Amino acid sequence: MPMHDRVLPFPTTTGPATVPAVHALACRGLNYGAGGKALIDGVDLEFCRDGITAIIGFNGAGKSLLLRLLHGLIEPAGGAVTWSGRPIDAGIRARQAMVFQKPVLLRRSVAANIDFALKARGRDRPGRREELLDHVGLSALAGRPARLLSGGEQQRLALARALACAPEVLFLDEATASLDPSSVLAIETIVRSASTGGTKIIMITHDVGQARRLASEIVFLHAGKVVEQADAAAFFANPATPAARAYLDGQIVNGN
Amino acid sequence: MQDFAEAFLFAFRQIAGLDPDLLEIIGLSLRVSLAATLVSCLVGLPIGALVAVSRFPGRAGVIVIMNALMGLPPVVVGLFVYLNLSRAGPLGWMGLLYTPAAMVIAQSILISPIVAALSRQVLEDLFNEYREQFASFALSRLAQVRAILWDGRYSLITVALAAFGRSAAEVGAVIIVGGNIEHLTRVMTTAIALETSKGDLPLAMALGIVLLILALGVNALVSALRLTAARYAYA
Ligand SMILES: Nc1ncnc2c1ncn2[C@@H]1O[C@H](COP(=O)(O)OP(=O)(O)OP(=O)(O)O)[C@@H](O)[C@H]1O
Ligand SMILES: [Mg+2]
Repeated sequence: MPMHDRVLPFPTTTGPATVPAVHALACRGLNYGAGGKALIDGVDLEFCRDGITAIIGFNGAGKSLLLRLLHGLIEPAGGAVTWSGRPIDAGIRARQAMVFQKPVLLRRSVAANIDFALKARGRDRPGRREELLDHVGLSALAGRPARLLSGGEQQRLALARALACAPEVLFLDEATASLDPSSVLAIETIVRSASTGGTKIIMITHDVGQARRLASEIVFLHAGKVVEQADAAAFFANPATPAARAYLDGQIVNGN
Repeated sequence: MQDFAEAFLFAFRQIAGLDPDLLEIIGLSLRVSLAATLVSCLVGLPIGALVAVSRFPGRAGVIVIMNALMGLPPVVVGLFVYLNLSRAGPLGWMGLLYTPAAMVIAQSILISPIVAALSRQVLEDLFNEYREQFASFALSRLAQVRAILWDGRYSLITVALAAFGRSAAEVGAVIIVGGNIEHLTRVMTTAIALETSKGDLPLAMALGIVLLILALGVNALVSALRLTAARYAYA
């Protein structure tokens, strides 16, 4: 994967100067607003087919909205999301999966939640459910009503359910936000192995250490605009915008 | 007051002695109400589910109408069914007037809107909660409806029980289309209404007690369901 260590002007409406050799998922001129306010403002992005991209930025920067737009869950007011050049639709979404910031679990047992995803994607085979639950350390809780799990257990179940879809792109919205340190590391191992297995990971995280550990690429979002898209090592060594520097330094910045 | 106490005693004796006439009336009441509940679920649930998961122009108006239909006046429904089933009416040839079938029809018309409106509410709340997750799974509309019907099962059973309770306690419609004919269309509510006016208080009171117990039972079942659902976080 070519290094595309560049910095976009701040603010920007132009696309990347250099383009990765292969890309599957892209968006161009993406806009989304509510109540007359631009929440996503002219976002152009192109993602490599593999690797782990971390989207970071302050609270309210628009990270979750951007992920929803990329997954095709909400319609942009302007611009488009494409997958190998085709506009995103349910057929494409069926090859992706997402773990939401607040997990949405069915009113069923842990096992039935996994089964639901396996059946929805036609990936039901004997033993697969047990494999997935074992993967996220929930085997012992298979029979429990999913909504009685602790916050961290719910996040792990949501991740297992997303993996059950065997997605080509996996969107993670703060998937480790309420996990204890050892679970965070366990989940990071799972995410890394999914990435090695060929799944493109696009994740939002506020855990800078996690972004450093996992990401090959960083997208820094500020007030609805992509102000940096850069190789991870380069980004952390030398964040180019004041907003990104402030974020990494742990300063509170008014995004608007 | 002496009369009243005696009537009360007699009523209890009738219930305890499983008086055959009493049992026949109770049995018909239950059968008519259960049949009407079944029909109302077959009609009301799909309508409720459809409205819950679709967006179309005029949807808000449809919901207002559905909610308003919950308050259909029973005697008006009875009159409507009577006009249709009477010999001169369009469905008169079926010969259903003054049969249990006519009562089931009237009750079904009365409680189908209840099932439709209440299940719409239950399913729409669920659907809104699951919508993005379902979209992410790229589920078909049919699969989405099946999933919310299953996940809403406790609440939907409660809805069906409410409809059953309403139908079992209703008198205005069934008395018009059933006619309270002994051994044929006499149910608890019509018997109470007519026996009371005839002065046969013991039978009326015995039936009244049974009706109250039935209402209590239905409500106890609803509470038990709510508790169970809450215990498993399925509510
Ligand atoms: N439907 C909506 N209507 C109005 N404003 C919205 C809507 N959805 C999101 N917003 C606003 O858009 C902004 C971005 O929201 P978003 O959830 O994407 O933030 P985020 O970057 O994920 O933040 P966090 O780190 O806190 O999760 C927020 O200010 C939010 O209040
Ligand atoms: Mg967010």
